[in-house]
Amino acid sequence: MLEIRLHGRGGQGAVTGGELLSKSAGAEGKWSQAFPKFGVERRGAPVESYCRISDERVRLHQELYEPDVVVILDPSLMDTVDVLAGLKKGGIVLMNTKLGPTEACGKKGRCFKFHTVDATAVAMEKLGKPIVNTAMMGALVKVTGIVKLETLVKEVEEHFGEKLGKSNAEAVKACYAQVK
Amino acid sequence: MMRKTIEGSFAVAEVVRDCVPDLVACFPITPSTHIAEELDRMYTDGQIKSYTAVESEFSAISMLVGGSAAGGRVFTTTDAQGLFLMHEVLFAASGMRLPMVIVNANRAVSAPLNIWNDQQDSISERDAGWIQIYCKNNQEAVDAVPQAFKISEDTLLPVMVCMDGFYLTHIVEQIDVPQKELIMKYLPAKRNAQYKLDTQNPISMGMYAMPKDYQGFRDDLHLDILKAKENVKKEMEAWGAVSGRRYGNGLWEEINAEDADILFVAMGSIIENAELAVDKMRAKGKKVGIVRIRCYRPFPAEVAKAFVGKKKIVVFEKALGFGASPPLYTDVSNAVREAGLKTKVYSIAGGLGGKDVTVEHIMEMLARVKKEKEPFQIVWGD
Repeated sequence: MLEIRLHGRGGQGAVTGGELLSKSAGAEGKWSQAFPKFGVERRGAPVESYCRISDERVRLHQELYEPDVVVILDPSLMDTVDVLAGLKKGGIVLMNTKLGPTEACGKKGRCFKFHTVDATAVAMEKLGKPIVNTAMMGALVKVTGIVKLETLVKEVEEHFGEKLGKSNAEAVKACYAQVK
Repeated sequence: MMRKTIEGSFAVAEVVRDCVPDLVACFPITPSTHIAEELDRMYTDGQIKSYTAVESEFSAISMLVGGSAAGGRVFTTTDAQGLFLMHEVLFAASGMRLPMVIVNANRAVSAPLNIWNDQQDSISERDAGWIQIYCKNNQEAVDAVPQAFKISEDTLLPVMVCMDGFYLTHIVEQIDVPQKELIMKYLPAKRNAQYKLDTQNPISMGMYAMPKDYQGFRDDLHLDILKAKENVKKEMEAWGAVSGRRYGNGLWEEINAEDADILFVAMGSIIENAELAVDKMRAKGKKVGIVRIRCYRPFPAEVAKAFVGKKKIVVFEKALGFGASPPLYTDVSNAVREAGLKTKVYSIAGGLGGKDVTVEHIMEMLARVKKEKEPFQIVWGD
């Protein structure tokens, strides 16, 4: 089972990102769960969402404490939230930043596999808005290989409908190609 | 098979729609809100006949009373303070023998204010004369709704389907959502009400009962709820035949119980965590098992059959019985005593107000019960 934690700010689509990943896994015949941090969400406040993907039905009904992967949608969270909390040794960190993996990693992150992508730039170009969830899911699929790119693209197109679906799918593909 | 990736709440709303309700009335309250919102959207899209966004839960349940008295199939969803605002009318609905279904998204009750999961809300309505069914996962929740309508309409008793708030309602996962075609093979397309408010054939309902009559009505209600155990079992079989899915005998479910020395007894989504804990402990040769109470009211005292020869039972529950022992523990202990068994019964309450109870916690609970000779009553984690 792969356990993923997404960190974002209210309005950046961390919950939807997890759901799209969960749906992609389901579409490939895998089993998954996506769920928000249970509570009250506010725009701009730090939020978390979670995703579990497995070959067997997921029977866990508990919070997610020790993720295999952490996805950081907003680099400003690094100063306020312990985004690496509980991350398994050798786990994957995927961060939205202009920096490269070595610069972004810092001292604390050395025991993890760091990946970075400038998802904000991609989102601004493709969507005209700094909403990076779909872009980051594209990068996540590349670094984990947990589902196929085309599966995610199809789910994104279905979820967002004709107009937004196309631009979001482009953001997915761009970050899939650009992630370092 | 129509397995799809969907949020538990939305899956429940789809099944409610496909049970073809005549009347739905809701006042949204977290964590049941998504069920109500989705039904509201379905009404706007013309997928269900009726939806009323009422101004309180008291009105929601009162509309259900009216709709059911008029012979309709009626539904609402709520939890916690919302369920408590319905309290008075819950008793009226069962006393008037009105079929109806509530999906309760189990949540902690005030005070302190808390929106997270436990089961104090529905447990506190245990004496309202309703049938209560607790689901262990979202698949079971969607399977329980058609059964609930059928049981309710056959027994003239209201049914509450309980699903843990957030732990089930807010999870997006793969669910085989029963389609309308399948449901209609099982549930009559329309409720066939033997007694109903009808201007062509006027009757009165919910009348005054003098002291010489009142007790008889209440005793009848009690005996009929006990008899409803047979309906709960029968409908599990019938739904199982249509859907291919069964959950124990409908009243309770035994998991790795037969050769176990210690049994974990509980209700709701914690059961699947317990399954994982038991799998891990069995891999190390520990003889532990689970008996899940699915139907809490009527309480299946016959479950004691599953306790024969067991050394210890630990009852875990997400509710307290303030000033006395916890409610599920009390029922289980009573069943053990009535069956003349010597099994020791331990009590652990916990998971209150969303305090997470993990697979590891359950392993620790079972290890502690194994170690301690004398039964205890504790609240876990405090």
